[in-house]
Amino acid sequence: MARVKFLCDADRCIECNACVTACKNEHEVPWGINRRRVVTINDGKPGERSVSMACMHCTDAPCSAVCPVSCFYTTADGVVLHSKDLCIGCGYCFYACPFGAPQYPKVGNFGSRGKMDKCTYCAGGPEDDSTPAEYAKYGANRLAEGKLPICAEMCSTKSLLAGDGAIIAEIYKERVMKRGYGSGAWGWTTAYHEGIAV
Amino acid sequence: MTMMRHLARICSIIIAASAILTLIAATPVPAQQLGPDGAPNPTASVANEQKLLQQSPRIEGEIAQPNERERVLMQPAGRQWDYFHEVLLHWLGAIVILGMIAALAAAYLIMGRIRISKGRSGQKVRRFNPFERFSHWLTAISFVVLGLTGLNITFGKILLLPVIGPEAFSSESQLAKYTHNFVSVSFVIGLVLIVAIWLKDNIPQKGDIDWIKQGGGFIKSKHAPSGRFNAGEKLVFWFALGAGVAVIISGYLLIFPFYVTNIAGMQLAQIVHAVVAILFIAVIIAHIYIGTLGMEGAFEAMATGDVDLNWAKEHHDVWLEEQLTREPLSSRSGQSSGAPAE
Repeated sequence: MARVKFLCDADRCIECNACVTACKNEHEVPWGINRRRVVTINDGKPGERSVSMACMHCTDAPCSAVCPVSCFYTTADGVVLHSKDLCIGCGYCFYACPFGAPQYPKVGNFGSRGKMDKCTYCAGGPEDDSTPAEYAKYGANRLAEGKLPICAEMCSTKSLLAGDGAIIAEIYKERVMKRGYGSGAWGWTTAYHEGIAV
Repeated sequence: MTMMRHLARICSIIIAASAILTLIAATPVPAQQLGPDGAPNPTASVANEQKLLQQSPRIEGEIAQPNERERVLMQPAGRQWDYFHEVLLHWLGAIVILGMIAALAAAYLIMGRIRISKGRSGQKVRRFNPFERFSHWLTAISFVVLGLTGLNITFGKILLLPVIGPEAFSSESQLAKYTHNFVSVSFVIGLVLIVAIWLKDNIPQKGDIDWIKQGGGFIKSKHAPSGRFNAGEKLVFWFALGAGVAVIISGYLLIFPFYVTNIAGMQLAQIVHAVVAILFIAVIIAHIYIGTLGMEGAFEAMATGDVDLNWAKEHHDVWLEEQLTREPLSSRSGQSSGAPAE
């Protein structure tokens, strides 16, 4: 089985936010929640880099470990998903996540959090694949249809890569060798306990 | 000081505080690298993940979304907080709480229940009035509810989830979360009342050292003098005040997430809240033990407000003397002082 990952090639990302828009549209993500976002470092200065970030679907996912009601599970492909039925909106997964993936709708005054929502690698949730019930809670299930996440598919510069971790690591290495530079696979050491030697 | 100087002082404090907060909040931007010709060198200035993390625990940047929290690209400290919560906290909780229970069990098996040496006299002395008892029980019951619902977050998935299954456990945890947040209010009120009422009786005094030296009433052959509250009780009071303030502040930071703290602040608030709460639970378990099983004649002080005369003589002799000069026993013939028969 393939172990799927995300890789954002920061040297190609032009901050167009197509990935953000594609994700929001595909899954009809509610207002205020952003499963994917683009963060720009050194904005306007030489050496500016943009990185598209959602859930990295980590190895030993800290969100999963820290959840008080154990509502997370990791699929055979390595996709980290959770059950909104079991989630109690405590917010711990956000504190544990190194990438700020979990988001919560505001359901009341003060800090009341609703059910956590995050990038699902377009793999839905515990409900049966490609059913309206699954779509209402988790959005589209592209993986069940044999497709890759839509954010990577829509990327205008093919900076955001998604798929088998080994294959996208190879693609990135090839790019870096060909063009002669690369700022690295952002987040890989924290997420997967391994970097990519370039 | 005059009004103007007061105002100037307050302004300078506010400016200093905001400067410090800005320093803490701002991420240092990596320095621009210059080329040999003196112009900025874009390739050398490229943002590098490792270099950025060396300079600051979080990598932050510009975003298109309005939510400030999403600026943080990476905060690897999340994994460390996860390690604290799943490993360190579980060990701390198990060792401290089970250790305390084991120690109390040993104390009971070795010493047994501390009896009133001369036996009950049958005469009663008023120790706590209704308002004091209300304040104590308001705090106590709130504490037990808060403690259990709090322990549910840390240990529930290990101890309870396997027993009742995920759906029931999630429903129960959801209810526990709201209960914990709302009952915190009665705990705050109760703690404020307790401190207001009993602060003056808990001021450390010289007699407390004698009490400790004489073995605190646990060594039958020695006599430990005590005022209204002995050194042990004073320790519980001051611990409860300190730990109470700590859990209240950290707890309200957790209930109002990111109002005044960033993610590091939230992680710290949770750490403080959890560690202090575990220690607090252990101390209160000991307090409950000594007030119920551990000592004959203790529980009625808080349940009815009146204690046996011999118990008071043995454990709070200095207080008893003062109490009897205020309200001599003979006028009461076994009834509690001042209160009409109901």
